[in-house]
Amino acid sequence: SSGINAEWPLRPGFEDLCFDFGVELDDIVEEEGITKFKIDIPANRYDLLCVEGLSQGLNVFLGKTTLPRYTVLRARERLHVDGSVEGVRPYVVAAVLRDITLTEDSYNSFILLQDKLHQNIGRERSLVSIGTHDLDTIQGPFKYHALPPPEIKFQPLNQDTVMTAPQMFDIFRKNYLKPYLQIIESSPVYPLITDVNGTVLSLPPVINGNHSKISLSTRNIFIEVTAKDRKKAGIVLDTICGAFSEYCTTPHTIEAVEIVQADGSTFSSPKMGSRIEEYDSAELCLKSGIKTATPEQLADLLTKMCLRASVAGEKLKVEIGPTRHDILHQCDVEEDIAIAYGYNNIPQVLPDLYTIAVEQDVNKLSDSVREELARCGFTEVLTFSLCSRDDVSVNLRIPEAVGGAVQISNPKTFEFQVVRTTLLPGMLKTASCNRNMPLPLKLFEVSDIVVKDTLTETGTKNYRYVCALFAGKTSGFEVVHGLLDRVMLMLDVKDYHIQQTSDPMFFPGRGADIILGTKKIGHLGILHPEVLEKFDVTLPCSVLEFNLDPFV
Amino acid sequence: AVVSTQSGHYGRDIKAEQKQISVWELTDEGKSFVANGSYEFVLYSAVTKDGILQKELMKMPNAKIGFSKAMTLGWLVIDKKHEDGPTVFRKVDDATDVVKTMLEDINTQKKVDEKKIQDLKKRKLITPVVTKFYLVTKGTSFNTQIERPEADLTADMLQDGSWKEKSFKEYNFKAKGAPITSGYLHPLLKVRTEYRRIFLDMGFSEMPTNKFVENGFWNFDALFQPQQHPARDAHDTFFISNPEMTDASKLPADYLEKVKSTHENGGYGSTGYNYDWKISEAQKNILRTHTTAVSARMLYKLAQQEEFRPVKMFSIDRVFRNETLDATHLAEFHQIEGLVADRNLTLGHLIGILYAFFKKLGIEKLKFKPAYNPYTEPSMEIFSYHPGLKKWVEIGNSGMFRPEMLLPMGIPKDVNVIAWGLSLERPTMIKYGINNIRELIGHKVNLNMVQENPICRLNKV
Repeated sequence: SSGINAEWPLRPGFEDLCFDFGVELDDIVEEEGITKFKIDIPANRYDLLCVEGLSQGLNVFLGKTTLPRYTVLRARERLHVDGSVEGVRPYVVAAVLRDITLTEDSYNSFILLQDKLHQNIGRERSLVSIGTHDLDTIQGPFKYHALPPPEIKFQPLNQDTVMTAPQMFDIFRKNYLKPYLQIIESSPVYPLITDVNGTVLSLPPVINGNHSKISLSTRNIFIEVTAKDRKKAGIVLDTICGAFSEYCTTPHTIEAVEIVQADGSTFSSPKMGSRIEEYDSAELCLKSGIKTATPEQLADLLTKMCLRASVAGEKLKVEIGPTRHDILHQCDVEEDIAIAYGYNNIPQVLPDLYTIAVEQDVNKLSDSVREELARCGFTEVLTFSLCSRDDVSVNLRIPEAVGGAVQISNPKTFEFQVVRTTLLPGMLKTASCNRNMPLPLKLFEVSDIVVKDTLTETGTKNYRYVCALFAGKTSGFEVVHGLLDRVMLMLDVKDYHIQQTSDPMFFPGRGADIILGTKKIGHLGILHPEVLEKFDVTLPCSVLEFNLDPFV
Repeated sequence: AVVSTQSGHYGRDIKAEQKQISVWELTDEGKSFVANGSYEFVLYSAVTKDGILQKELMKMPNAKIGFSKAMTLGWLVIDKKHEDGPTVFRKVDDATDVVKTMLEDINTQKKVDEKKIQDLKKRKLITPVVTKFYLVTKGTSFNTQIERPEADLTADMLQDGSWKEKSFKEYNFKAKGAPITSGYLHPLLKVRTEYRRIFLDMGFSEMPTNKFVENGFWNFDALFQPQQHPARDAHDTFFISNPEMTDASKLPADYLEKVKSTHENGGYGSTGYNYDWKISEAQKNILRTHTTAVSARMLYKLAQQEEFRPVKMFSIDRVFRNETLDATHLAEFHQIEGLVADRNLTLGHLIGILYAFFKKLGIEKLKFKPAYNPYTEPSMEIFSYHPGLKKWVEIGNSGMFRPEMLLPMGIPKDVNVIAWGLSLERPTMIKYGINNIRELIGHKVNLNMVQENPICRLNKV
């Protein structure tokens, strides 16, 4: 989001404007006598991440200004790329903002934009990072290379002394820079940008040098963007230059930097390029459902969205500039037309499609079984699919069962270790948490469990299970047995029987498998007291659990 | 017994009136006065014609009180200057023990002067005793025949016709009826049933969603969500450690190549994302973050058919997010998704079907806001006006699937797929005024809430 100081007046009107434009006015706070608007920006609109970009977007939308044309002046500075960066952080682009005047507000905005870009498209600097330098304190040509850490020596930003990379990393391990160290720490060489005199501009992505730091009095800014992703580096540089070149004496001019790659080839940076796309004007309205706009009107709508457009016969010529890296396909342009037209102005029409609905049998049957179980006097519960490893194994006296469970690799707590292979943990926890209910407690759930299965695409499979629990002064075994008989009757199944099992989950002599034909599809019995203890249940419980899929 | 005589049927037969009377009774002290005389009279009688030394007199029982009273009554006199010491003499020749007489009168229930009664009461010689009693008289329908009124009409009474002669107790219409024991369905699933019905009523077929574990390919890549997108992060998505990966051979090879190339270089009219697409990211197993993964599978299947057939499909099932938990967010919740795939669909159709869908939920005023989803373009957030909160609140998300998602599958170019989604929990919590999601789903839910939750009427706001 873009937290900004603004002098935009009318709050009610502003909120509606944000709504129509597609950003969200999240909050308005008063801080130190200044009104701050907290605005949520869509994740693909890097150009709107700073107040300069957002106000430009809104003003063009309102027709108050036109989208600027950016001029890239011939490069005066050069940046040489050395092959040593290939393995650690291969890409770099750069630009110069010449004759720039920053105020406190624009300076702060400049820093803030870099932070945001670092955070989102830069993926916490791991993919892209930015360094901005006072060009008058350094001297080109510049070099982007990588050196073994002990050979890197400079005074980092906000530190008092010159130190080696290992030394400064020791300090950074204890402060806010810690997360960025791991991006390059495992490499034998760290990337470095230096000038012709060996002055270190920056050690990307961690820290800039103190020597070249910018201030309010900086007149010429050297921007370097290093990256693991070439495309994203370009987007970041275009975004910064697009937003802040307005503060140059000749606004919207950016001075190029010539990048000399390791193989000797060169290219000019930044691109700040526009591409012209031609679209059929009738086609452009197909997705939005706008029927009544002329090509000229469409061109106007697009221009309002910072996509300069003009009519060329049957076609529309649309200029997609360096601030619109979010435009990947015609559909992105079609969305902008619809936004400019106003989503709420589009006439609604029902799809003219006659279809006859088909349900999933397993869901239809599950709903019918749920109703039958409720008719039998049982209360439905809805419990979590994720639980601890012990819940499906040790706590049920079947420690080996954990082998069949799907395991989560990054659980925040032990409650998220596995996907449940049985509905029992949720049932028992519900019984434990509802001690004040009148007895007997009769619960049921019809829901999915998941187990490993090498035959499926993901190696896992869902099964629809039915589970019921009886807890009371007595175990109620005959009740859950009766419930099984009732459910089988309702499923119109006669070919089943139960046979005693020595499953350790059950009280000795009080557990049975449910056999359908010749296959075991479930079991029922009185739970072993040790199981009750593990789940903190103080009453005897009988349970019934079986797989519903064979009946679908 | 008395109350029962006044209640019900009996009230007409017997009248009972509560009364009380108050009598004076002698205390033990008072009784000793009647037997032996008052302390003052006894003391007076002890004084002879010749007088008696005061100190001798005071040795008598109850002398202090007796002496003080006798002096007040003027029966005795002290000569303090007597040669033997202070001596007491009779002042009058005869005295009448009036107090004893009064007590005797009281004892025999003769009338005594009210003022004198208060004196006796002050000396704690008498005490009042209240007797409450009922004056029972015959009622209007008094009958010496004993007959108990019935509580209920029984089968036997119908059999022998005795109901005609019997009298029946009055029923207490103010009390509640007997609590009915029953079975109960879970409130959230009652809401789910209603949403399911709405979709089925509108001709939407149900997608098979019984597959919690997905791979990155169907959950993200097939939807044109780039591999470095924050949503694919460990702190938003649950990754599976076992089984960790989907076997690449189990993914459709040709289609996978098309997805890879669209991400990397575009095609189908797109510039693509221009990054290096890694199959290992697509193979990673996760707990699905949305049921849109199922929609992708279904659309791919649809595209493999010989001839394209338009469809309307829906799903309501569990999804998993590894986000920060709070009062309204859990790691697992239910997503509702609807989609229509047909030739030449527009945003106008999406808006139209959304109005039809939400009208069934009693919501008729909608507003749409431009939004961003990696896999839809255009995208719209759906807002409705909440009369209680007096503001527009977001009730869902919608959009048109991107060509980069549909075309590699083989969906015809003129087919557009419109889709929308919302969570099941959020409208349920708003409808039932539940503030903490753990009170609605999970094992901490209060079963009383489940048992008292009314019929789900979604269109009744």
